[in-house]
Amino acid sequence: MSTVMRYSTPAIVFHWLVAFLIFAGFPLGLYMVDLPLSPDKLKLYSYHKWIGITVLMLAAIRVTWRLTRKPPPLPDSVAAWQRRASVVVHGLLYLLMIVIPLSGWLMSSAKGFQTVWFGVLPLPDLIEKNRELGDLLAGVHKALNFTLLALVILHVGAALKHHFIERQPFLQRMGWGRKERT
Amino acid sequence: MNMTVLALLAALAAPAAHAVEYRTVLPKQSTIHFEFRQMGVPVKGGFKRFTTEMMFDPAKPEAARAQIEIDLASIDAGSPEADDESAGRLWFNRSAYPKALFVSSQIRALGNNRYEMRGTLMLKGRSREMVLPVTYTPGKNAATFDGGFVLKRLDFGIGEGMWADVATVANEVQVKFRIATTGN
Repeated sequence: MSTVMRYSTPAIVFHWLVAFLIFAGFPLGLYMVDLPLSPDKLKLYSYHKWIGITVLMLAAIRVTWRLTRKPPPLPDSVAAWQRRASVVVHGLLYLLMIVIPLSGWLMSSAKGFQTVWFGVLPLPDLIEKNRELGDLLAGVHKALNFTLLALVILHVGAALKHHFIERQPFLQRMGWGRKERT
Repeated sequence: MNMTVLALLAALAAPAAHAVEYRTVLPKQSTIHFEFRQMGVPVKGGFKRFTTEMMFDPAKPEAARAQIEIDLASIDAGSPEADDESAGRLWFNRSAYPKALFVSSQIRALGNNRYEMRGTLMLKGRSREMVLPVTYTPGKNAATFDGGFVLKRLDFGIGEGMWADVATVANEVQVKFRIATTGN
């Protein structure tokens, strides 16, 4: 008998909001870079940047929320090494949620295009236009994203393993289900 | 009798109190920049190569004239990708129209070293009358002429077809120029 320990409702909402935005922004980024220049390409680039900056803002809120609250404890069945791994992976996920949009914002400035969130809120160009730096940041942005992809696979894989293989009520921790007992 | 001697004779024949007349352009200190909005984001660009022929005597501004020829291949459209794209048929169609040309027709003094220069801009096979405000800043030996105006790109068919959508790339292009000259 173990009680399902859910995250707080705001934590759950922010988790899925950011997850949804990342699942939209990542393939959009992969798709748009190789398009020939067209008005559609310019639109997709803008949408990608708006998604990224939204992730950055939500991530800032999430990190603040997480640092000021205790997450629900893991079930006893989770091994000690897995607990340690979980701390590392969650830390890296939070870090990348901040650093990836930041690298995109800087890349955009270096390439000479200011980021204007939803075409309304202009973000300051923190660095000057510089082609070499722009290309370098593009590489950094891409590498960080594939690191994120690997960590997300690990994160989702671990949750599914705990839930379906170890038969622990794991997915409910981040779900909307009633606080059932198993 | 060669041209130099003719010019000298002409200079001698001119009134002694003749003011400085600016006709020697300093290309390295002269610039043409532009700025337009793309998805609401300002993008800066310019042209690196252009030749200016002009004649300006502050005492006789109405006799002034200017002609600017821009090599469109020298464009900086904000990114290498945009530079390449701008050469195409939908934009400048540079293989057919490699240059832009402005020729002044009338210059009017507005006072305070400000002038209004009327003229014709020829771009992509189209001619449009333009009115450009110009500010004259005298210097010791050099003088600068600064101006700015809004060019509507669709007036010249710059960005046709899919690019005609002004919600993506704005129709208005803010152009700023500075022509530096020395008197002789």
